[in-house]
Amino acid sequence: MKDFAALLERLAFTPQRNGKLRLLAQYFAAVSDPERGLALAALTGDLKLRAVTPSLLRGLVAERVDPELFAISYDFVGDLAETIALIWPEPDTPPNDPDLPLPQLVEEFQTTGKAGLPALIASRLDALNPSERYAYLKLATGGMRVGVSARLARAALSEYGGLPLTEIEEIWHGLTPPYLELFGWAEGGAKPEAAALAPFRPVMLSTATDLDALKALDPAEYAAEWKWDGIRVQAVSDQGTRRLYSRTGEDIGGAFPDLLDRLDFDGVIDGELLVRRGDQVGTFGELQQRLNRKTVSKKLLESHPAGLRGYDLLIWGGEDLRALPFDNRRARLDLAITGLADPQIDASPLLEFATWDDLAALRADPPDAVIEGVMIKRRDSPYLAGRMKGPWFKWKRDPLVIDAVLLYAQRGHGKRSGYYSDFTFGVWDGDELVPVGKAYFGFTDEELKALDRFVRNNTVDRYGPVRAVKPSKVVEVAFEGLNRSARHKSGVAMRFPRISRIRDDKPAAEADRIETLRAMLPPEVT
Amino acid sequence: MAKAKSPLLTRPEGLYCPSGDFYIDPMRPVKRALVTHAHADHARAGHGAVLATRQTLDLMAIRYGDDFAGARQVADGEMTLGDTRVSFHPAGHVLGSAQISVTAEGQRVTVSGDYARVANPSCAEWEPVPCDIFVTEATFGLPVFRHPDPAGEAEKLLASVAAFPERAHIVGAYSLGKAQRVIMLLRQAGWDAPIYIHGALQRICDYHIAQGVALGDLRPATDDSMKKADFAGQIIIAPPSAFEATWAQRFPDPVLAFASGWMSVRARARQRGVELPLVISDHVDWADLTRTIDELNPAETWVTHGREDAVIRWCELQGRAARPLHLAGYEDEAE
Repeated sequence: MKDFAALLERLAFTPQRNGKLRLLAQYFAAVSDPERGLALAALTGDLKLRAVTPSLLRGLVAERVDPELFAISYDFVGDLAETIALIWPEPDTPPNDPDLPLPQLVEEFQTTGKAGLPALIASRLDALNPSERYAYLKLATGGMRVGVSARLARAALSEYGGLPLTEIEEIWHGLTPPYLELFGWAEGGAKPEAAALAPFRPVMLSTATDLDALKALDPAEYAAEWKWDGIRVQAVSDQGTRRLYSRTGEDIGGAFPDLLDRLDFDGVIDGELLVRRGDQVGTFGELQQRLNRKTVSKKLLESHPAGLRGYDLLIWGGEDLRALPFDNRRARLDLAITGLADPQIDASPLLEFATWDDLAALRADPPDAVIEGVMIKRRDSPYLAGRMKGPWFKWKRDPLVIDAVLLYAQRGHGKRSGYYSDFTFGVWDGDELVPVGKAYFGFTDEELKALDRFVRNNTVDRYGPVRAVKPSKVVEVAFEGLNRSARHKSGVAMRFPRISRIRDDKPAAEADRIETLRAMLPPEVT
Repeated sequence: MAKAKSPLLTRPEGLYCPSGDFYIDPMRPVKRALVTHAHADHARAGHGAVLATRQTLDLMAIRYGDDFAGARQVADGEMTLGDTRVSFHPAGHVLGSAQISVTAEGQRVTVSGDYARVANPSCAEWEPVPCDIFVTEATFGLPVFRHPDPAGEAEKLLASVAAFPERAHIVGAYSLGKAQRVIMLLRQAGWDAPIYIHGALQRICDYHIAQGVALGDLRPATDDSMKKADFAGQIIIAPPSAFEATWAQRFPDPVLAFASGWMSVRARARQRGVELPLVISDHVDWADLTRTIDELNPAETWVTHGREDAVIRWCELQGRAARPLHLAGYEDEAE
């Protein structure tokens, strides 16, 4: 438990992805099975324990601590598990700091009945130190909240064992905690078999391009299609088991039962998940309302029906097509989808073009608002795992831009320590500046230095690591799209915003207004 | 028997002793001040006369210049001031820190100043001073504060240096006391390498060395012969305010650590933007604070600066007489 508690503490304060990966890899190296696998599952939320309720914990602490002292303390600390971990009175004869094994603590949770749980938890809290108590209570209540997703965990395993990430993704579904086969493989053993039906296949990804780069290529060797603004998915149906995976291998099918019902085939289709009503394609914002739901209401299923627009065919009727050239796979996709005859499943049309300028013209004037550019694929390319430069390109539409005023800045971490590098910016709403987004990249190192200097010389207020600045610096913000948002005061939320230019030529009064942003919103669906 | 007059009163300037006509740790300039220790919120410049330990007077001179007070007097044994007897006793907080014992109006009062009871190689150890009234600080006067073994925190820092050898580690630590404490903990943990210090620490560290605190090989962090990459794997100690300054930009991908008792509470550490919180405190935690009251067993406990309400509540539960002093001006964050 000591190693796990220390790991949890470091992760909680390590914001950078690379730092988290390093800490996880070092933890995997330092501890043995099954502890490391259980810890991994606990961090990613895949360890299903009997949920211990906050009221049970409150009851335990109320038997030991004066309620008034507890209330003052809780008020100061602000987190129930943390308050209890810190305030728990240590027994008169302190145990000699034993290192209780994590697997034992996990097993006890699983085998102890509800009636025995309070006594068990109390006896464990008596035997642990404060940092371990915190880890134990977080284990008990679920929700570590240290920013470790299943995806990050896979990347850490890849780093630890020197394993290709795509191969881990391929076998991930079907493995269960404590992942003994996986750690065995990372340490030189055999690669585990993909045990589950309908496994995920590593996705082929593209790199960005532009007209200048394309001019060096022969257009006849490439096919092109629209890049739809939904979510890239892999739809798998295998002997009755149906799955919908994101491009990183998360199973998102639970939120899309209507689409799962339609996967009436045996094979793997690579495509775009979209909200579709007949020929009308819903915006990304509409699709977002369907995401991350445990249950979907009948009403939402009717108002926001899911559809699949196919790009590629990986496996069909038991035949693996991935080694075939794109042209062949694409022809097989058209046949397969025609055979399905499902109004919510179609193939993304190929674009007719003879020159790159033809394609540029198409890209500049797409037939649908939910198109965010074009995809360009070598006709002879096999379907390969990962992102390699060459066979596939994405050529996205030009971003939207506005001129906004810097309002707040926050210090960065790691290489940006000592620099104000995270910026909140706003636009005019009447006489007021209203925040519309945050950006922490897009600028060059030189521009970062200039922005940092500006923040230091124009600070008007401080809130911990955040500074409010004199609203006088205008920046051009580029972003990929705009959604309505009830959570933001401005009513809008930007996708992928970054600072594309510093507008020292522009006074703050001439920055954009909220009306300009609102006009960029997709039409509201009623 | 008529109730005795109170030996100490609170005034806007600070804690005042009428029968001796002096203040203890006053916040504003006064004619005569007794100073427990040289932290800025207790030791201010501009008093008519200051009575303190030799080390506290020296440290005040380093911080404020030689003319920080009209007159100064070194505390030495039991002294008479007006109708009172006063004496200074080690507080275990920082170099030179003292508790001040005042006998006035027939009562013995111990003003603890800031104090700590865990061993601290950069200053003399706290000692009990029997009293009728105990004036205690309450900086960490909440039952959630239970400072861990500081040696373990030093190990945590060294483990991080080993885990991230390509990065520098900057430890935020207040320049008087905490910085030297961290350095000593690192030395005790076996870190013999040079430790780089921010310019603001130089004179105070030099003074510690002159007083026999073996801080080892300290070098200026702003040494121009050091390139950015040379600081990989090195430990740098700086006042926390340096995190915000462009000064921090000279180090490679630094891990920001912060040594403070506040670091045991996650929200506090996050507020500071800290990546490696180190729970190292120069104050008593809850257990030591309540143990001290139990051991001294004073007739009355007066509680000042910090979480008075929780300490008063504890005294109430124990059936002990206690009251808050409500002295303004001491910094909650100065740890």
